[in-house]
Amino acid sequence: MGLEEKIPDSIALTTLDKMVNWARKRSMWPLGFGLACCAIEMMSTAGPHYDLARLGMEVFRPSPRQADLMIVAGRVSMKMAPVLKTLYEQMPNPKWVISMGACASCGGVFNNYALLQGVDRIIPVDVYVPGCPPRPEQLINGIMKLYEKVEKDSLKKPHEKWGRDIA
Amino acid sequence: MTEQKTLSLNMGPQHPSTHGVLRLVLELDGETVVSTKPVIGYLHTGIEKTMESKLYYKALPCTDRMDYLSPMNNNLAYCLAVEKLMDIEVPEKVKWVRVILSELSRIKSHLFWLGTHAIDLGAMSMLLYAIRERESIVDVYEAVAGQRMMTSYVRIGGLAYDLPSDFEEKVRTAVKNVTNGLSDYEKLLTDNEIFINRTKNVAVISGEDAIAWSLSGPMLRGSGIKHDLRKANPYSGYENFDFDVPIGENGDAYDRYKVRLEEIRQSLKIINQALDGMPEGPYRAHVPGVVLPPKEDVLYKMESMIFHFKIITDGFEAPSGSVYHAIESPKGELGFYISGDGTNTPRRVRVRPPSFINLACIPALTEGGLFADVVCAIGTIDIVLGEVDR
Amino acid sequence: MGAVVEMEEKLRGFLNEKFGDGVIREESFRDQVSFYVKAELLADICQAILDNPELDVKYLSDITAVDWLGHESESEGRFEVCYNLYSLGQKYRFFLKVRANEDELTIPTLSLIWPSANWMEREVYDLFGVNFEGHPDLTKILTPDELEGHPLRQDYPLTYEVPQFTWNKDDPPEVIK
Repeated sequence: MGLEEKIPDSIALTTLDKMVNWARKRSMWPLGFGLACCAIEMMSTAGPHYDLARLGMEVFRPSPRQADLMIVAGRVSMKMAPVLKTLYEQMPNPKWVISMGACASCGGVFNNYALLQGVDRIIPVDVYVPGCPPRPEQLINGIMKLYEKVEKDSLKKPHEKWGRDIA
Repeated sequence: MTEQKTLSLNMGPQHPSTHGVLRLVLELDGETVVSTKPVIGYLHTGIEKTMESKLYYKALPCTDRMDYLSPMNNNLAYCLAVEKLMDIEVPEKVKWVRVILSELSRIKSHLFWLGTHAIDLGAMSMLLYAIRERESIVDVYEAVAGQRMMTSYVRIGGLAYDLPSDFEEKVRTAVKNVTNGLSDYEKLLTDNEIFINRTKNVAVISGEDAIAWSLSGPMLRGSGIKHDLRKANPYSGYENFDFDVPIGENGDAYDRYKVRLEEIRQSLKIINQALDGMPEGPYRAHVPGVVLPPKEDVLYKMESMIFHFKIITDGFEAPSGSVYHAIESPKGELGFYISGDGTNTPRRVRVRPPSFINLACIPALTEGGLFADVVCAIGTIDIVLGEVDR
Repeated sequence: MGAVVEMEEKLRGFLNEKFGDGVIREESFRDQVSFYVKAELLADICQAILDNPELDVKYLSDITAVDWLGHESESEGRFEVCYNLYSLGQKYRFFLKVRANEDELTIPTLSLIWPSANWMEREVYDLFGVNFEGHPDLTKILTPDELEGHPLRQDYPLTYEVPQFTWNKDDPPEVIK
């Protein structure tokens, strides 16, 4: 009766937004930015037991120009903060940031002169994953939440955090 | 007229092979390294200053986060130093459990070193094998303390909780997995022509130079000096166990690889001996006013509850004086120099970081060599940036 | 135990004989012996200990400093720089300590005798402000270049920031202590 009956079986209908979001979330490549103890748990998550490659994060790119996702794993000291900002600015749009662990989210155990109290003071963060260090399952939960966030994106809306609209 | 100058290359803080946030500024003449200047401090956390403002008990979790590949060893060094300052004697069972956990940490750290060193030199599958074996050791940590890495299980005067009932079974499973894995790594790397070409006669340091540069751990033993603090100044019951100390001959990267692999085997031997002869007894020393009483007593006895309350809120007063206690951590000689000043917070907690002092000899290892050997030199020192910068 | 006492006697005899009034006093706390020496003679003492084959001390383990501001022993000198020396053959450890006040905070460097002292002294300079004369490259090593002052002194604040909860999130971040 409607248009759906006239279409052969091997065609699917969707919106452009959903297609683009599905492609973006299922092939995000993280930047290898392990700083301290949380980096060990991040490497564990990429290991054979809790596999990150099945979520699409097959390779950890060493260069920021080729990465989409920056997982800030570890404590950010005052000397490292300008380096972090430079790396974030070098990543091309679209990009996302996961702040992994307590030290990256809010300063953690160390509330003193040497550490930046939370990485969201210098770059915009999408998902915060608490823990010291977070278990691999917690990190994967954080990545799932990021997927939900990416699914809600739309090409029409400008993204202020990326500086200009994508459309 | 053309003029020849050297090329200044920056191996920046974000690099896949620098094992963290280490920065090297290299001067190159073609492929030969003319000078190396390491720049550190990108992970400086002010741990020593933080520990000065807390009570002795509350400063304990800060020690986990320094050498994060073998956290039980850091706890052990701090607790031994505080027990020396306060003159506390721990029961026998505590000493044996501390030995087992310390040796498991050593195996974990050496396995992770092997994985990252091999992946730097091109053998990518080693990292996956190393992480696979590490999971069975981390299972033991989780059974004992509930946390995978930063356990803070070794406390002042004893342990945090009593051992769980499946402790022995989990440790024996871990030992079996690592033993099976070791034969795989030997087959993959020891006689591998590519690995030998990349590590033989690379980053060589002689015995006298190693002593002059104050190296310790496998860096010193790989150059032929037989010095191990577990045998020289035994602590925590190590004099009861029978094990060998492997040494190398030439002081190059291949010798250090063999030394560390043999150390894993000796650690497995110690763990088997310790499990077979584990004594019974309390899991905390009985020193009222200084050591926290066990939780079962606190819930039922009045004096225990009063002591518990007083120690948690006020701590204990340390005498005025400084002590130093060193242990043999997987990286080298890890020591704590604690100064008490009569109050309940320490005046100064100095960590003698083996990675910091070992890293200082990088110019001697790399200058005059090829550029491609710099990555091997960084890997063979086995640094952990959390300890270098503290 | 006999070897430890013998080593202690040898050291005491050697130091008192060669540098009689250079050694101010000796202290033993929890079986660890420390000798307090004068700052100017430090390099000579260390070279003499290194050259003596009977003592067999060739290994410098650590250099660190303590700030005794406000303590009763501050009259001897506010800063105490501690040298941790170890004998590999005799397996014996002892300490040499130097006390100095803030206005005369200059100590001769040991980096020409032991190359590992280079980085250790740079760290003590960075965190405490002790000047080592004769050091080839006395610059900051751990703290960022913008940080002024010497963080591990007792009068430098910890810079603890009060965390923001829901009931004080509209206040500007407060830095105390």
